[in-house]
Amino acid sequence: MKDFKRISVRRMSKRFGEKTAVDDFSIEFGKEEFVTFLGPSGCGKSTALNCITGLIPITSGEIFIDDECIDDSKTSVPPEKREFGMVFQNYALFPHLTVKENIAFGLKLRKLPRSEVDKRVGDALKMVHLEGYASKFPSQMSGGEQQRVAIARCIVLEPRLLLLDEPLSNLDAKLRVELRYELKALHERLKVTTIYVTHDQTEALALSDRIVVLKLGKIQQIGSPQVIFSDPANPFVADFVGYKNAWKGKIESLKEEGSSLSVKVRTAGILIESRVSYSEGDPRRKDLVEAFKTGKSVTTAIRPEDIVSGSQPGCNVFRCVADLVEYQGHANQISACIQGCEDERVDLRSVSQVGFGQFFEASVDPSKVLLFALPQTAQANSKGKAT
Amino acid sequence: MEKKKLKMSSVLFAIVIAVYVAIVLGIILTVVLNSLSKGWYSGVLPKTITTEWYKYAASDHVIPQLIWVTFLVAIADVLVGLLIAFPAAYALARTDFKGKAILLSLFLLPMIVPPMAYGIPLAMLCYKFHLAGQIIGTIVVNLVPIVPFMILVLMPFIEQVGTNLESAAKMLGAKRMTIFRKVLIPLTTPGILTAGILSLVKSISLFDLTYLIAGGKNQTIVVALFSDAYAAGARPPQAVDALAVIYFLIAMTSLLISLRFVSPTQMVFKLK
Amino acid sequence: MKGSSKNGVLLLLIPAVVFIFLLFVYPFCYGLYTSLTKADGTFTFANYIRFFTTPREIRTIWVTLGIAVPVTLLAVGLAVPLSYYMRRGIKGEKIISFFLIVPVTLGTVLVSEGMLTFMGPNGWLNQLLMALHLVQKPVQFTHNYAGVAISVGLQGFPYAFLMLLGYVSGINPDLEKASQMLGANKWQTFWKILFPLMVPGIAISFCLNFVMAFSVYPSAVLLGQPSGPQRVIALAAYQMAFEKFNFNAASAISMIMAAIELVVIAVVLAWRNKMYKGASIVGKG
Repeated sequence: MKDFKRISVRRMSKRFGEKTAVDDFSIEFGKEEFVTFLGPSGCGKSTALNCITGLIPITSGEIFIDDECIDDSKTSVPPEKREFGMVFQNYALFPHLTVKENIAFGLKLRKLPRSEVDKRVGDALKMVHLEGYASKFPSQMSGGEQQRVAIARCIVLEPRLLLLDEPLSNLDAKLRVELRYELKALHERLKVTTIYVTHDQTEALALSDRIVVLKLGKIQQIGSPQVIFSDPANPFVADFVGYKNAWKGKIESLKEEGSSLSVKVRTAGILIESRVSYSEGDPRRKDLVEAFKTGKSVTTAIRPEDIVSGSQPGCNVFRCVADLVEYQGHANQISACIQGCEDERVDLRSVSQVGFGQFFEASVDPSKVLLFALPQTAQANSKGKAT
Repeated sequence: MEKKKLKMSSVLFAIVIAVYVAIVLGIILTVVLNSLSKGWYSGVLPKTITTEWYKYAASDHVIPQLIWVTFLVAIADVLVGLLIAFPAAYALARTDFKGKAILLSLFLLPMIVPPMAYGIPLAMLCYKFHLAGQIIGTIVVNLVPIVPFMILVLMPFIEQVGTNLESAAKMLGAKRMTIFRKVLIPLTTPGILTAGILSLVKSISLFDLTYLIAGGKNQTIVVALFSDAYAAGARPPQAVDALAVIYFLIAMTSLLISLRFVSPTQMVFKLK
Repeated sequence: MKGSSKNGVLLLLIPAVVFIFLLFVYPFCYGLYTSLTKADGTFTFANYIRFFTTPREIRTIWVTLGIAVPVTLLAVGLAVPLSYYMRRGIKGEKIISFFLIVPVTLGTVLVSEGMLTFMGPNGWLNQLLMALHLVQKPVQFTHNYAGVAISVGLQGFPYAFLMLLGYVSGINPDLEKASQMLGANKWQTFWKILFPLMVPGIAISFCLNFVMAFSVYPSAVLLGQPSGPQRVIALAAYQMAFEKFNFNAASAISMIMAAIELVVIAVVLAWRNKMYKGASIVGKG
C-alpha cells in the first residue's frame, strides 16, 4: 500500500442533482509534489479535494494510484483505507480528547505498541513546536495551535498523500503568514505529496510546485506558480492573480513577429499596443488571429504595478483623471478613468502624489499588456469584464 | 469496497421504523375502530359500524363542556404562563448575576421533580383556599409544569435576538417599554409561538395535577377519560374509546398546527 | 449591563420568582413538613417508618425501579442509534419524525385502551403472530409487566428521540470525516468520537425519561396488575391520599419518590462527568 510514484485523476466529475460541482477534472502529479487547487468560493476546489479523499463519491471518472484504481465511480476504496491525511479548515480536533490523544488517535487504531505511540507523538509535537501541550484540550488552545495539532495528527501517520482544505482561512493575518512558513518548512523536510486548497493566490504562489486554477468546476489552467503569475491562460485566471485593467476592444492591426504578436487594439477611446509571446501552437494566439480576422472583441489585462505615472518612452501613453487615491504605505492605489472615456477603469499603483480629480499621464509597456480573445458568450456584453 | 449496496444499517433502520409505526398505527386504529363498532370480540374487523358510542359518550359527559374546559384551561395557562415566563426568560438570557445558576435550576426543578412530590401538598393548599374543584384551581396548578418549560424554550430565542438591536433602538431615542413592544416582541414572535403552541399541546395532556384538583363539572378531557377507564366495567369500553378518540383528535390537531410553525428538531431544548 | 438598568431587568424576574416560591417551593416544603408530622401536627418520623416497615410498601420502590430503569434504558438505547442514523437528514425525515413523535399526542389512556385491544389475546397483533406461526397461543401483552413497560416506553421515547436528534445533529460533521481519514471505520468513529460527545445529551435524556417513567401511574393501573406485581410507588401515594385520606403518609411517600429520583439523577450525572472531561465546544466549528 505504501509508496507510490504517481497519482492520476482522470476526467473526474461530481454532480449534485442538477448542479455540476466538478467537471472533467484531470491531473497527474508525482511523489513529493505540492499541488494547489486555487479559485474563488464555489469553484469546486473543496469538492474536488473531498472526491480525492473518498469522502464524497464521484459521479464519473477515475482516480488511480500508480496502477491501482481507487475509485471508478462504481466501486471505491473507502477513505479510512486510503492512507491519506486531511487537515480541515476548522481543525476538526476531537474536543473530548487531549492533544496527545488526538495525535495518537490514528496510531492507536493501527494497534501500535504504547512505546512507539508515545515516541511518535512526542516527535510530532516537536515538529510543530508544541512540546508541553500534550495534556491540554483543544478548547484551551488558540486557532493557530489547534491547526498545528491537526497537522501533527496527520503527519504522525506518515500518510502517502496530505490534503489541506483552506487550513489557514480561519486564522488572523499574522498567524496565516507564520503558519504558511511552517507548512513550507514541513513540506521541505518531510517531502509528503500534498494537495492544498485555497482562494488566496499569495498562499498558492508561495507554497506550490504546481497550481490548478478552477472556475465553476472546470480547470482553467494548470502550471507552475511562475507560469500562472506571468502567463495566465485566460481573463479569469489573469484577474484572479492580480491583473486588472480588463478593457474590451477590437483589434485594429496584428503583426506576427516570430513567437510574438504585436497587436494594436482600439479600446477605451485609445489605441493600445500589446506585445504578447504566444507561440505557434498556443490556442490564445489562434484566438487572437481569428478575432482580428472576424472583428470579435478582445480584452486586455494589465497589472496595476505595470502602469506607471508619467510619460515613458516606447510605451503606450494616455491621459487619465484620478477618481480615488488610496494610501497603501509603499505606494498609492489609484483608480482613474481614461480621459474621454468613462466606461473603463484604470487601476494603477504609483508612488507619486496624485490628487482627486487631477489629470495625469500614465504609461504601460506593450509587453506588459496581456491580450485575450473573448469567448462567444462575452461578445454580447457591453461592459468589458470577461465571463 | 462499498458503493451502491443496500446497506445493512438502512435495512435495520427501516425494520425498526416499520415496527414502531405499525404498533402506533395499530393502537390508534384499534381504538378508532373500536369506538365505531359493535360486538367486535374477535376477527380482524368489527362486524358492524355504529356511531352509538359517540352518542353514548356525548350523553354520558357533556362533551362540549369538556372541550370548553380543556381549552379554557390550556389557553389560560399559555397566556398567563407567557406573562410570567417571558420577562423571566428575558432577564435570564440578558443578564448575569450571582446565583443565576441556582435560580435557573430552581426554575427548572418542577420539570424534574415528580408531580406527586409537590402535587399533593399543592392540592391540599388549593383545598384550603377553596380553589379546588374550580377552573381557576386547575389553571393555577398546571402553571407549575408549564412556566419552566416556557422559560426553557424562550431563552434561546431571546438570546438569538442580539442586544445590538435593542441598543440601536435606544440610540434612536426609544424608551424601554417601546423597545419591548416594537423591537423585542416582534423579533421573538417565533419563540413566543413555539413556546405557546408547544405548551398548549402539553397542557392538554397534563394529567397528574389536574386529577388531584378537578372535580365534577370542571374536568378536562384527559381526566374524564382516565376516570372512565379506571372505572371500567361501569361503562362499555367502546364508549371510553370514543372519548379517547375525541381527545386524540384534539391533541393531534394541536400538534399538527404546532408543526406548521416549528420543525421536530426545533422542539428540542438543550440543557447545559 | 450597567447598574440601574441591570436592576431594572432583574425586576422582570419577580413574577416568576413569586410564582415558583408560591406554587412550588412552598408546597414542596409544606409537603416535607406534612410528611414529618402527624395529623395533629406533632413532629414524627412515623410516616417514613411506616413506609419502610411495610413490605408491601417497600416493594413499590423495587417494582417501580424495575419498570423505570429498563424502560428508560431501552427508550434511550433505541433513540441513540435512531438519531445517529438520522443525524444528517434522510429521505422522508419529516414524516418519520412525525410518526416517532405521535405518541405524545395519544395520551396514556388512549395508549392503554389501544393496547388492551390491539395487543389483547384477540387483538390484531396476536392474530398476526399466530398467522405467521411465530407463536402457538396468544402472547400476554396486557395486564402484566410487558403492558406497562411498552406503554411507558412508547410515551417516553419521543422525548428521548427529539432531544438526542437535536443533540447529535449539532456535532461538527467534520469530526466524523477527520476520524475516517485517520483510519477509523464507521463503527470505531461512532464509539470513539460520536458517542462520547453525545454523553451529555444521553445523560439528560435518561434523567428526564427516568423521572417520567418513575412517576408512572395511569399505565400501571390500566395495563398492569396494580394490586400486585405492578403496584407502583405513585399508586401507593394516591391510595394513601385518596383512599385512606392520610395526607401525611402520602406526602412522605412523595418525598421518598423525589429522593430516589434525585439519587438516580446524581448517579447519572456522575457518570456523565466521568465520561466527558474536556469538551465544551461541540458545536459547528
